[in-house]
Amino acid sequence: MARAVSTRTKAVNTAIAGTLGFVMFFPILWIIILSFKTEEDAIRAPLEVLFGSGWTTENFSKVQARSDYFKHFSNSVIISLGSTLLGLLIAIPAAWSMAFVPSKRTKGVLMWMLSTKMMPPVGVLVPIYLIFRDLGLLDSRIGLTIVMMLINLPIIIWMLFTYFREIPREILEAARMDGASLKAEILYVLTPMAVPGIASTILLNIILAWNEAFWTLNLTASKAAPLTAFIASYSSPEGLFHAKLSAASIMAIAPILILGWFSQKALVRGLTFGAVK
Amino acid sequence: MATKASRTAARMMISPAVILLFAWMIVPLVLTLYFSFLRYNLLKLGKRPFVAWENYYWFLTDPSFTAAIVNTLVLVGGVLLITVFGGILFALLLDRPMFGQGIIRIMVIAPFFVMPTVSALIWKNMFMNPVNGIFGRIAVGLGYPPVDFFGQMPLASVIIIVAWQWLPFATLILLTALQSLDQEQLEASEMDGANWPSRFWYIMLPHLARAITVVILIQTIFLLSVFAEIRVTTNGGPGTASTTLTYLVYVSSLLQYDVGSGSAGGIIAVILANIVAIFLMRMIGKNLDA
Repeated sequence: MARAVSTRTKAVNTAIAGTLGFVMFFPILWIIILSFKTEEDAIRAPLEVLFGSGWTTENFSKVQARSDYFKHFSNSVIISLGSTLLGLLIAIPAAWSMAFVPSKRTKGVLMWMLSTKMMPPVGVLVPIYLIFRDLGLLDSRIGLTIVMMLINLPIIIWMLFTYFREIPREILEAARMDGASLKAEILYVLTPMAVPGIASTILLNIILAWNEAFWTLNLTASKAAPLTAFIASYSSPEGLFHAKLSAASIMAIAPILILGWFSQKALVRGLTFGAVK
Repeated sequence: MATKASRTAARMMISPAVILLFAWMIVPLVLTLYFSFLRYNLLKLGKRPFVAWENYYWFLTDPSFTAAIVNTLVLVGGVLLITVFGGILFALLLDRPMFGQGIIRIMVIAPFFVMPTVSALIWKNMFMNPVNGIFGRIAVGLGYPPVDFFGQMPLASVIIIVAWQWLPFATLILLTALQSLDQEQLEASEMDGANWPSRFWYIMLPHLARAITVVILIQTIFLLSVFAEIRVTTNGGPGTASTTLTYLVYVSSLLQYDVGSGSAGGIIAVILANIVAIFLMRMIGKNLDA
């Protein structure tokens, strides 16, 4: 039972925590504000930006006209969704079998899968780059989707495994006793119970793939470039246009910020490999 | 109770994942190892002679390698310090009863969802730019000369950016751990007269120890591979002042087309990451038995 706390204490706590929240969130808040300003106003002193200038929505259409936001957006969507779904297709059977038909080797296999995630990408950058060049996969959505799927596959399997392991096994055995086939068991018994876990897994992996910025920057040029690369293209001279840069940034992060709000629990479980729940 | 048939089925279901991951890990790694023993430049056609340890020799004796190792350690260490201490503080402050906890928590966590290229550019242009950045304006407003962040303290600037992204992660993990602490235990100790510092030191901190270890290990794995933040802000400079091992490998292999030397650097990075990984795996493995 929570103890009764005076309103005053609560107000003080709220003020302290609120300040932290404001400071952490301020950079995001600031680009939201700047994205609705003209270029001339955006580089004025902060107080003038806030109180001494008008608002405009022209930046968003200008960003689209100048660097084709929607092309990059759709690349991001295709790559992150595609890699997540492809990963699920491979991970669900694997996680299922490890959670419900564990063998002596299961732990070893899981740990080994985790170890592939520990490999620094630069360790394999050169060969992957050369293989992709020779196969014509450089700057292609298919190539990037496959890479994203592979780098997130250990996380997908681990997350699903920790969720599946929590499903009481007796229910599955009961279904089996009633004569359900393996297929029926998976489709009608396991899946409905596993849906929340699968949903969280999907959410986290979309976020991870969306924000991945090592392979996306190194394996794409223009055709398949997702939003990470789209923003990186604003880094040189164009970066001086604060309002447009802000609008482009907001357009790149807004979808994930919204998804992220729903995924806090999944994030803890997925990124700590079940060590903290 | 698994029957023989279901064991076979289980093996079949797991094999695509195992085969794919095996191929993904082993094939490129073996190739990297192989390239690291060749004199191999993408711009030079023709023979790629076997040169044994020459690439390693040149990579390891290059002054920028020493700089890169030091920078990598400073970057990882600096971000870890900020995020672990900050994370504990944030988690403690956020765990207390308050109004609008959900909204405040979302605001604290939000930076984690910002893609690395965006956060690097926001900080670079809107905050750390000496002319138009907010920090510069504040300094001038107070009568001080503005700081040229990426010129004068490039690595520290990168650390600030990366720490801003990872502090929410540490906070979220530690907050989750803190919330699983048995409240009755705390109340009992309070009744027995334990003051706040001793409650923190003897009850909360031991309870958080595991989560803190996990935060350190997982962040280390990710921080060793920080790339976009450097690429977008300093490009490793000025000179090698903010070049990390990851960035150095990128420079030698994809900018200087020296595959041999880049591969040698890649192998060194793999070895370093493995040292961290062994500890992390042990922790997670223990948890698997529980």
